[in-house]
Amino acid sequence: MSSMMILLVLKCLSQIIFYCICFAFQMQTVTIIPGDGIGPEISTSVIKIFEAAKVPIQWEERNVTAIKGPGGKWMIPPEAKESMDKSKIGLKGPLKTPIAAGHPSMNLLLRKTFDLYANVRPCVSIEGYKTPYTDVDLVTIRENTEGEYSGIEHVIVDGVVQSIKLITEEASRRIAEYAFEYARNNQRNSVTAVHKANIMRMSDGLFLRKCREVAENFKDVKFTEMYLDTVCLNMVQDPTQFDVLVMPNLYGDILSDLCAGLIGGLGVTPSGNIGANGVAIFESVHGTAPDIAGMDLANPTALLLSAVMMLRHMGLHGHAKKIETACFDTIRDKKVLTKDLGGNSKCSEFTAEICRRVQDLD
Amino acid sequence: MATRYRISFPHIIFIHTRCDQRGSVVLCEMGLSGVRLQPLCVRSLSLTASQNATLESPPARADSTFKVTMVPGDGVGPELMTAVKEVFKSGDVPVEFEEFHLSEVQNMASEEKLNEVLTSMKNNRVAIKGKIHTPMEYKGELASYEMRLRRKLDLFANVVHVNSLPGYSTRHNNLDLVIIREQTEGEYSSLEHESVSGVVECLKIITREKSRRIAKFAFDYATKKGRSKVTAVHKANIMKLGDGLFLQSCAEVAELYPKIKYENIIIDNCCMQLVQNPYQFDVLVMPNLYGNIIDNLAAGLVGGAGVVPGESYSAEYAVFETGARHPFAQAVGRNIANPTAMLLSAANMLRHLNLEYHSNMVSEAVKRVIKQGKVRTADLGGYATSVEFTRAVISNLSA
Repeated sequence: MSSMMILLVLKCLSQIIFYCICFAFQMQTVTIIPGDGIGPEISTSVIKIFEAAKVPIQWEERNVTAIKGPGGKWMIPPEAKESMDKSKIGLKGPLKTPIAAGHPSMNLLLRKTFDLYANVRPCVSIEGYKTPYTDVDLVTIRENTEGEYSGIEHVIVDGVVQSIKLITEEASRRIAEYAFEYARNNQRNSVTAVHKANIMRMSDGLFLRKCREVAENFKDVKFTEMYLDTVCLNMVQDPTQFDVLVMPNLYGDILSDLCAGLIGGLGVTPSGNIGANGVAIFESVHGTAPDIAGMDLANPTALLLSAVMMLRHMGLHGHAKKIETACFDTIRDKKVLTKDLGGNSKCSEFTAEICRRVQDLD
Repeated sequence: MATRYRISFPHIIFIHTRCDQRGSVVLCEMGLSGVRLQPLCVRSLSLTASQNATLESPPARADSTFKVTMVPGDGVGPELMTAVKEVFKSGDVPVEFEEFHLSEVQNMASEEKLNEVLTSMKNNRVAIKGKIHTPMEYKGELASYEMRLRRKLDLFANVVHVNSLPGYSTRHNNLDLVIIREQTEGEYSSLEHESVSGVVECLKIITREKSRRIAKFAFDYATKKGRSKVTAVHKANIMKLGDGLFLQSCAEVAELYPKIKYENIIIDNCCMQLVQNPYQFDVLVMPNLYGNIIDNLAAGLVGGAGVVPGESYSAEYAVFETGARHPFAQAVGRNIANPTAMLLSAANMLRHLNLEYHSNMVSEAVKRVIKQGKVRTADLGGYATSVEFTRAVISNLSA
């Protein structure tokens, strides 16, 4: 009992000292949402690695289980929303959507709450993790709010269903602008719009027109357009010809998963969601893996690389480079790897190895 | 000389009542015990049938040839068709082509032309065609000529054969997939409108009847070709009603075929699995847009749009074309297009017309040329022109 009291006092003291230091060093706050399944263990890994790298970030942990707000609408807990609105940056682990819960998927709720309109997925070949496709280095930027995923469906007559795909000028312009700005800020050479305007002439035609208009204002970035089927055909033959790809919702979903497959799957792919009002949530896109949850077997690479993406977004390029190099070096060395990467180490051992390398790089 | 055929898809039952001097030879073809069911071939319904008494020796030169509609299309289509015609001429194949030049981009398209093509196809029942390019600007109608052709003939099933070519290695070798795609409804309904300025709605239509039809086609095809598994590709977690209906129809039809394993997979996971481990798939069946994506993806896995043949079926007609349909306009006139896909598709057409001997002759010749590796077009890493490749195939024909 007394030991518990002592621990509590120590914890309070450390928090106070921490806040003082934060105040002194202008630490940035980041909301972290551990998620379900393997979420908590990989979040802990990332926090440990960031500590070892001495990144000036202060974590605020929040939970986002859906609750019913006043008015009967499902929403995320108000503490989570407040924290995100204040910090503007979030890191999210995998969330599970229970099947008969009655509420929409958590990812959808988050998207609607913060108007996360752009999903950015950089796919870079990992040197130590061999796939048949080498030298992949592309970014898929996907419009995340409308398109085929509008959720508007009707049964017209029994046996005939219609789904509506919505394309608006506003959303298309917004995503095109984001894509070109991303290309400019990250020194990418070209942006390719992916569409099917020969078939869906009005809807994808509108998307394409907006992309063309925005391209006029960004003359330093090359703009090309390509049909979706041509992109798929060429992507599996020679992925090095692509740079930044921008596209509506469904094509983005398919192509971003295709590109993730090229570099090794969802376990090593980072992802970021950009919202209006400067909010950005970075996440790992794999599932919750309930079968290995709690057994210290998970691979934190996806969440770690997403966190590195977050650092770059925040401008902390030095720390980002350090952590990324440590992670890639560990994978290349092949001595300490988790099971899905081909080794048989535990998650904590993998994390410790990366922490050691980060400290060595200092 | 009345010849009556009764068709019931997918099995075709002949009730043959020919009584001219060729009667005996025709009966011989159907089996020595007289009229007999031939469940294993989907025959064309031309008014004359060629005689294929044995498979080993070339048949006696028939004085009746098959008539096939040919629509070269745009881009490299005409060049590929020339290759097919030359190979057929050298191989003495009893097929006569009726050519129609229908093209939207070259302003050679009109209602009358479309009707001419349709009449010819309805007479001949078998066609071979290139890609009719759809320009992005539209004048009036939202549906392109190619889509209208498909709808009028009700070509609901598109089958693409993804087979690795012997002698040409890619990142994934020894692939053998069949991709079956519903191609009359889904996202390609051409029903779009601008309800408010700046907001465009595009309708995707899924019906139970067409989903059941394509599922039945897929399972029948798998049964006929001895395949073990059919996988339905969908996105029913997001489009719950639309793709949900498709999935439900597939599951219902699957119950009628207990010998064939049935699975389903979400489209984005499917794409990922295709680039990581494509061997887990056998026959894939899916609605329109996903079919377009997976056709091209799978074609890329075995060597590109130049090597994959495909065909479109309706209950009465068969149209043979390449698997990945692109006009490839940047190669026009440069003599670099790869005729392999079109030649293999033409060989499939010959098999459909029951010209087994000629079909094997053409496909073996093409495969031999590719295996030898000396004459290859640019997309397969070689330096030969289309004409040289065609010539190489021709010289390999008689062997």
